[in-house]
Amino acid sequence: MTGADPGESVALDLRGISKRFGEVAALTDVGLVVRRGSVHALLGENGAGKSTLMRVAMGLVAPDAGTISVSGIPAPQLTVRSASRAGLGMVHQHLSLAESLTALENVALGGVGLYRPRRVAERLRSVAAASGLDVPLDVPARDLSLAQRQHLEILKALAADARVLILDEPTAVLAPAEIRDLLLWVRGFAARGGSVVVVTHKLREALSVADDITVLRRGRTTLRGLAAGNTEASLARAIFPDATTGSSTSVAAPGEEVVVAERVSLVNEQGTVRIREASFVIRRHEIVGIAAVDGAGQHELLGALGALSPPVSGSLRLPPRVVVVPSDRHRDGIVLSMTLAENVALRGVGMARGRIAWRQVHQRARLLIQRFGISAASERVLASTLSGGNQQRLVVASAMEESVDFVVADNPTRGLDLNATAFVHEQLRIAAAGGAAVVVFSSDVDEVLALATRVLVVFHGTVREAGLDRDRIGSLMLGAA
Amino acid sequence: MNARSAGIGAVVTVGIVLTVLMALWWLSPTHNAGAVVVAFWNGSLGTRSAFFSGTLVRAVPLTLVGAGLCVAFRAGVFNIGGEGQLAIGAVAATVVGLEHSLGPLHVVAALAAGAVGGALWAGVAAVLKRRFGVLEVISTIMLNFVATNLVAYLVRGPLQEAKRVYPQTELIAVSARLARLAPGSRLHWGVLLAVTACVVAWWFLRETAAGFRVRVVGASPSAAAIVGRVDVRRVAAGALVVSGALAGLAGGVEVTGVTYALYENISPGYGFSAIAVAILAGQRPLLVPLSALLFATLETGALGMQRDAGVPSVVASALEAVVILATLLLGSGLLRKPAAVAQPQ
Repeated sequence: MTGADPGESVALDLRGISKRFGEVAALTDVGLVVRRGSVHALLGENGAGKSTLMRVAMGLVAPDAGTISVSGIPAPQLTVRSASRAGLGMVHQHLSLAESLTALENVALGGVGLYRPRRVAERLRSVAAASGLDVPLDVPARDLSLAQRQHLEILKALAADARVLILDEPTAVLAPAEIRDLLLWVRGFAARGGSVVVVTHKLREALSVADDITVLRRGRTTLRGLAAGNTEASLARAIFPDATTGSSTSVAAPGEEVVVAERVSLVNEQGTVRIREASFVIRRHEIVGIAAVDGAGQHELLGALGALSPPVSGSLRLPPRVVVVPSDRHRDGIVLSMTLAENVALRGVGMARGRIAWRQVHQRARLLIQRFGISAASERVLASTLSGGNQQRLVVASAMEESVDFVVADNPTRGLDLNATAFVHEQLRIAAAGGAAVVVFSSDVDEVLALATRVLVVFHGTVREAGLDRDRIGSLMLGAA
Repeated sequence: MNARSAGIGAVVTVGIVLTVLMALWWLSPTHNAGAVVVAFWNGSLGTRSAFFSGTLVRAVPLTLVGAGLCVAFRAGVFNIGGEGQLAIGAVAATVVGLEHSLGPLHVVAALAAGAVGGALWAGVAAVLKRRFGVLEVISTIMLNFVATNLVAYLVRGPLQEAKRVYPQTELIAVSARLARLAPGSRLHWGVLLAVTACVVAWWFLRETAAGFRVRVVGASPSAAAIVGRVDVRRVAAGALVVSGALAGLAGGVEVTGVTYALYENISPGYGFSAIAVAILAGQRPLLVPLSALLFATLETGALGMQRDAGVPSVVASALEAVVILATLLLGSGLLRKPAAVAQPQ
């Protein structure tokens, strides 16, 4: 650890930051010290707390505990405005430009009082010249390239006198040459006395650009130190530390092949190819974990496995009885405005004919409530009255009610407490033991490892077998191997 | 409806009623509020003939179209095209009704033709939605214009009566007419058909798998697709066609039960009033007859005010428009979240 002394040399100092959202501890006693004139990489998985920490720094989220000081001056109650005035500027991963406005107008948007275009233009030109970022000022934002838009976002921050820039996943949308340019610019900005926090999950980038590195994992700091003292392997270990136990699923002998994918290619709704020529086999009794960072193509893969969207090329053989446990249960899993019984009837109603035997549905629903320990007054209450955990129990219960061939679970425990999580895990194991093939994706690699008998890693549209080796999974996920 | 929106609704309704009453008093030549109210009462509910030959007869098409709109709205499909679907149904029923030799099933054939005509007209919007993603709100409104102008052309052209004097068709065959329920009253068997349609729609939504799909698609399309494996677009298109069929049936009932011929303005906006009917009924088919009766009462009462108290007809339509707007305001919450239907044990 270096540079922890508060004072002139520290641009941004976050100490003992804790933040809970409901039952979930997003941050627990996290610290981050950004030295003046340095580049600081903040690493971690999805959901590790990186974004929350940066939102705390920007005054977008009020922490439950902890202190913040900017340039050595304590900022007890940071707001969006005071953070900006203190010299903090953030460029979000999903750029937030007004598409139809010009670059100039976008910068002027944040201003107060009269809009004087000439003045803004002068200011912007001088900032652009000083920073070396070149963006055409009179072109609507929608006509700018992604790299230019990003430059514009940075200029916006600099025009507001930002001395500490926070870049959230800045290279996610850029081509390799643009990435190189951006990282060079970041180094230059630091050399001129500015400070940059780069939020990323790309190890190589972090090592090449940063002076200091902080790694978060499940809302806690697992590594703080100089980039020079670290390697890709040491960082990967901090991002995915050794689990106390390996997979706790006993490996039954895999049965017959249930899912066979041969050179399967998948596209998203916009028609962009997200999975390229993937081939794999999934057998009965297997729980296949899917590990991937955000946007690697796992969403499309799970959609195809769940028989929701067919592949554009290749062949994908699926069994007849496929059930999906979706990640966004409020939108995709249950109908909040309907009763529990109606939600039980929902499962597979697309194939139903004739009348619905409501008497039997109610009986089944009562049975499910008992058997799966759902706390609900009766099967007649609306699904919206249940807690999140009980809603997910209902989704899983209706999926597992009858024997199925194939279960596709997409982040099935997101936002659940420990009890409900254990319940979902248990049900997936029971399904596999009962002869189903199970595919489970989780943004938490530990959960994947705890459940899976085998792991497939999706990285940038490719699907690769990874076994159960945590380090190998981690490096495949980050594209390091 | 929750307590807050009910409170807002009550305040708005009281305000509207007071405003309308003051306007009526001011507009009435005698400035006699009592005469206005009496005229309303006598025109709508007060006399046997007003109720059975006027209000109830008017409630029939509102009920039929309203029952269909319940199905469409429950599926999340905003069919504004009841007016056009009704008109095309009336055309189809007239064409069949003008035939001479169809025997005792003539009236059934004419009504069936009406339903098919309405379904096909709604089917145009359904295909546009499924194939090209055209919003049904826009396409059905546009198809209303096409349909009403088509009727205007037909009654002046190919379907005009033999003497070519009036813009209407010949009267349909006697065998194609719906029987009157009682002599001396204009009330016809269509009223039972309308109530039956509501019961069937209720049963369909509550008991059948297809009806449940309609409700699920309206309540949560993505859960319907992912958990229910429901073809969401197909169900939505189907609900649109079903509501078109009922609107077309309403057109057929008007021709075979009331007018016996096709006129240019065969519907005084039934297709639009029925939207308010369905919303006021909370998209519950069993409440549609009551809701339709209320609107029919308003309309015939307004006509009575015009006839007996000299309140201009513009006030009559303004009154109705105000009620429809108030209903839409109150119902906007209902339209988004249909009340959960209690299921049998």
